[in-house]
Amino acid sequence: MKIRQISVFLENQHGRLSALCRSLAGAGIDLCALTLSDAGEFGLLRFITAEPDRAKRVVEAAGFAVTSSDVLALCLPNRPGGLSAVLTELEPHGLSVEYMYAYARRTGDAVMITCFDDVDRAMAALEAAGVTLLKPADLSAEGRPSV
Amino acid sequence: MISRLWNDLEGTFFPESALDFMPVERLREVQLQRLKTVVSLAYERVALFRERMDARGIKPAGIRSLDDVHRLPFSMKSDLRDTYPYGLFAVPMAEVVRLHASSGTTGKPIVVGYTAQDMEVWKQVIVRSLLSAGYTRSDIVQNMYGYGLFTGGLGLHAGLEALEATVVPASGGNSERQIMLMKDFGVTAICGTPSYFVHLIEVAHDLGIDFRRDLKVKRGLFGAEPWSDGMRKYIEDASGIKAYDIYGLSEIVGPGVGCECECRNGPHIFEDHFLVEIIDPETLEPLPDGQEGELVFTTLSKQAMPAIRYRTRDITAIEPRPCPCGRTIRRIRRICRRSDDMFIIHGVNVFPSQIESALLRTEASLPHYLIVLTRRSGLDQMEVRVEITGEMLRDRVGAMEQLQKRFARSIEQVTGLHIAVTLVQPGSIARSEGKARRVLDQRDTNP
Repeated sequence: MKIRQISVFLENQHGRLSALCRSLAGAGIDLCALTLSDAGEFGLLRFITAEPDRAKRVVEAAGFAVTSSDVLALCLPNRPGGLSAVLTELEPHGLSVEYMYAYARRTGDAVMITCFDDVDRAMAALEAAGVTLLKPADLSAEGRPSV
Repeated sequence: MISRLWNDLEGTFFPESALDFMPVERLREVQLQRLKTVVSLAYERVALFRERMDARGIKPAGIRSLDDVHRLPFSMKSDLRDTYPYGLFAVPMAEVVRLHASSGTTGKPIVVGYTAQDMEVWKQVIVRSLLSAGYTRSDIVQNMYGYGLFTGGLGLHAGLEALEATVVPASGGNSERQIMLMKDFGVTAICGTPSYFVHLIEVAHDLGIDFRRDLKVKRGLFGAEPWSDGMRKYIEDASGIKAYDIYGLSEIVGPGVGCECECRNGPHIFEDHFLVEIIDPETLEPLPDGQEGELVFTTLSKQAMPAIRYRTRDITAIEPRPCPCGRTIRRIRRICRRSDDMFIIHGVNVFPSQIESALLRTEASLPHYLIVLTRRSGLDQMEVRVEITGEMLRDRVGAMEQLQKRFARSIEQVTGLHIAVTLVQPGSIARSEGKARRVLDQRDTNP
């Protein structure tokens, strides 16, 4: 299944990132994963949360330009060759990976947040190859430590 | 009032508008007669006009045809500053019933005065403006021009009352309340500056209010600053209202020097009160209809402060073709540029409206922008800051860089200048509640 990712425009100015994080913290929004890309004059912060709609509203209300897009969260065995095997499976499909970022689950698996040029075709190919894709519902347990 | 019921009927004849349709020969007769009177008045009572006419060897009796206006000396804003406050008044102060003053953003304020008759004329031209833009006494009109020394607020107010529309004297500012008033009072029409209304569209959106769904506003009269056709399209697409251009300047009377009709193809000038000329701003020679130049006015009925060949600095042309509405009073092309808005960078003349149209061409909606001029090691630098909105944002750094490049390329196509475009956060450019500030010139502060 597809996962909604939130992307925020960050002006390259002191304090913008911390202002953004403060707004998320104030609303009690838990992030599973994030990545910050830098284009020199501005940055683009992308993150995954179990509450994308609320996060988008919170960040918008804090005065940021926000958009959301669909990405896939590939659940892979956390061992050498885990990613390589999946990418090899995908090669014949001619799909392009736009960008990736990762986090480790407490289960020991690795999760690759992946943006494909064609998310629907990528999803079909990965599911056919038996790759586990995280569902939005799986994300709610990702952030917090287990008790 | 029973006697005024005709005013409910859209598209029928309004007595106040009759002067807009006067036969041209009659209109020119009225103009000449009034021109003679106003030139005599200015010569007899205003030292500056007398001295300038004497210097050119022109006496009031020398005005025998309308073309003789071209022989009269010019006046301009600096004359009002130099004679501040009452130096150009032509009546004793006891005759002056109202003063207005400019905001003084470009220096010392300028003061303008009105006699009781001037107030009456002003009210009439605003009523004619409102009628030509389709306002009726059934309208509930929110007047968002600032009330006070600025001519916009009280000027429109008097005209709206004379029309017997329901006036909501909201004045400028307090944007959330403006939206609330529109909604709760069932406002059907508005008046204000176009840039402030663009800001209100944004505020309404943030409040979850949809202009088409939640409000009854159908038309708006916008003026007091130059605004492009692109901005009109943006306003109309974003809010569903019809936007009309009302033209005016305090030095001539305030708003109501001219106004667009239902055809919305440039404001008709109320020529029975304001004699219009277009001149070449370099040679000062009069230009024929259709040719672009600086707009110059001579007031034909003003008593307190007559203006003789006042140079407005607005760049436009007189439209030679008749308007389909049938008005005989001529139109000017919509004013998108003022010669004093212009700035020069690397020897190229640039108008903020050019930047605006370049941005509109790229995004099809009007982003907030600010032109920043600085000087680094003796070289002028121009930067255009553009606010990013959620709609413009793409989840690709490359796409955002492309957008930045498209803005820069579009500005280069319009101005011939390669300039830096910076994408900035929403809300980071200050919003105006009156006239928009589009240029921040810091060249004097950082040599």
